[in-house]
Amino acid sequence: MNEAVMNELAEPTMKNKSGPETEESLNIEYTETVGQPFCDDAKIKTKNVNVFYADNQAIYDVSLDIGAHEVIALIGPSGCGKSTYLRTLNRMNDTIDICRVEGQILLDGENIYRKKQDPVLLRARVGMVFQKPNPFPKSIYDNVAYGPRIHGLTKNKAELDELVEASLTKAGLFQEVKDRLHAPGTGLSGGQQQRLCIARTIAVQPEVILMDEPASALDPIATAKIEELINELKENFTIVIVTHSMQQAARVSQRTAYFHMGRLIEVGDTDQIFTNPSHELTEKYITGRFG
Amino acid sequence: MNNTDLVKQSLQKRYLKERMFKAMGFISIATAILFLLILLTDIIGKALPAFTQTNIALEVKLSADDLGINANSSESEIRNADYRKVIREALSRLFPEVTSRKDKRELYTLTSMGAEFQLRDAIMDNPQLIDTTQRIEFLADDDVAAVVKGAIDRNLPESDRRVKNQKLAWIESLETKGQINSTFNWQFFSNGDSREPEMAGIKGAILGSFFTLLVTLALSFPIAVAAAIYLEEFAPKNRFIDFIEININNLAAVPSIVFGLLGLAVFINFFNMPRSAPVVGGIVLSLMTLPTIIIASRSAIKAVPPSLREAALGLGASKMQSVFHHVLPAALPGILTGTIIGMAQALGETAPLLMIGMVAFIVDIPQTLVEPSTVLPIQVFLWADSPERGFLEKTSAAILVLLFFLVAMNAIAIYLRKKFEKKW
Repeated sequence: MNEAVMNELAEPTMKNKSGPETEESLNIEYTETVGQPFCDDAKIKTKNVNVFYADNQAIYDVSLDIGAHEVIALIGPSGCGKSTYLRTLNRMNDTIDICRVEGQILLDGENIYRKKQDPVLLRARVGMVFQKPNPFPKSIYDNVAYGPRIHGLTKNKAELDELVEASLTKAGLFQEVKDRLHAPGTGLSGGQQQRLCIARTIAVQPEVILMDEPASALDPIATAKIEELINELKENFTIVIVTHSMQQAARVSQRTAYFHMGRLIEVGDTDQIFTNPSHELTEKYITGRFG
Repeated sequence: MNNTDLVKQSLQKRYLKERMFKAMGFISIATAILFLLILLTDIIGKALPAFTQTNIALEVKLSADDLGINANSSESEIRNADYRKVIREALSRLFPEVTSRKDKRELYTLTSMGAEFQLRDAIMDNPQLIDTTQRIEFLADDDVAAVVKGAIDRNLPESDRRVKNQKLAWIESLETKGQINSTFNWQFFSNGDSREPEMAGIKGAILGSFFTLLVTLALSFPIAVAAAIYLEEFAPKNRFIDFIEININNLAAVPSIVFGLLGLAVFINFFNMPRSAPVVGGIVLSLMTLPTIIIASRSAIKAVPPSLREAALGLGASKMQSVFHHVLPAALPGILTGTIIGMAQALGETAPLLMIGMVAFIVDIPQTLVEPSTVLPIQVFLWADSPERGFLEKTSAAILVLLFFLVAMNAIAIYLRKKFEKKW
């Protein structure tokens, strides 16, 4: 498993180094991140984060605040490190032996990479939705109930039933599946599966939800539903979403961060980034000159 | 000449190659099926006679005087009474013309050595039979059975025939009187091994195999699955683990007799475990089966999509929970298939068990794991090695039984794989 993930994450980085667009961009002198990487009521503060896969550095010195109850979109060309950065936020990178993280990542002021931090507890607070819908090969009910069960969030069956229903309702899936809660979750359509995965994540009642290109495997209608859902979820959760689609970033997020070659180039209000980017690279990317 | 023509030209050649490849594949499969059919018909043809037993019905006078017992005799007296005498008398009465000592001795070989035990058991079951005359069907000797079943050709000249004219005449006279009949050979499934082919049964070997495999399964399945999970999911990636992995693969290729030697040296000589016992056989076979199951389990675990592990970890499941709640159930069909294939391999294994003394001639049917016993393939080996004509059919019958268990185990493997297979 580790190798597969590692390749998925690390390979594009290395490819990019020899890619045609990088020769040009390598000449550009990297400056400090432009825009407003910091905010007042930060839920997560990252300071000077560097990530290495063995000897390859994937993330260079990224400092970024993620505000409470905001949706922040991470955009950038393939292999720019946005997925890697996302995975450092709930320590999913721990599963990769050769991955090393330097710098500080503070969740509510506490460093999540400190010795005493339990990664299992962290992941209960910072949930994750993956690129490809990955429901467990179990019933819809069991998919959603799994998290609450292992964490012991409910006292009895009735409470669990209620929580499952509430989570499915929040994910906008309950009406579609209420008659077949005990049918296998893998029998749903792709979009429904992804909403099931979101329901599964919010059933644990995390504070932050990380989404790694949640709609990239879905058709436009299913994508629209997911985006609608993200808009509703931001009332209760802080959401960090990695996306390849700039339209999607524009539709769902309040702030946007642009990554390039492992560096955080520009952060700003989404409107400003897409209408009036400050950095040359950001402008090139959003006008489609590479990516 | 344009491209279309060039393609057309090469097309014929390509199609010819494809047809030839298909034909070769078909021929090889057909050959394999043909040989399988030849093998099976040969074995089944030879084995079928083993499933009938030949009996000789005799009027025996169970007089108390001759037996030296009466209805009130104690059990041990009944057990030790002289039953041979009354059976011999019954035979002599049938053929009064036989008078010389030599001929009489020949006459008495018509019934099996087991006939007197048969009579003894009948009287021990029901002592009321004493002082009556009963018509009892006694097991016939294997030569008689061979003649009746046609395994010995009656038309051969006497010099080439194992059963001489005199004996053949007796058999034919019994046949015309309707005193010879054939019944289904239940004894084959209820007796242990015997020196007499007509009495030899396979139950001892079946139970021996069962006990041995029980030990093998109980030891190798949990150890192998635990090892596979550890190596696949928890072990750090370093030289030492690589070394262990290489050695597991090497172990799978070690000749099985080496494991037998190891069992002899370590378990029997050093730990003083009982010789010829299923428990030692099971331990030795589990050493042999471990690599098979580990390798199968590891590839099954490796085949579980990483997204499933990530999903569990992302929800806050611990590593252990993600493995036991999600990875293991998903890998179970592959693990079970590997286990049953390993077990089937162990069932057919002979060489290592020879080394630990399971090749001994054992009449008693084993009741526990520490009693001497033998196993099915060794029973085949022992019978194939015996000179008596009757063991030929027993050998084939034992092979059939062994094949039956192998097919049954593979069928279970397929069933389990289908049952636990989940789609995602």
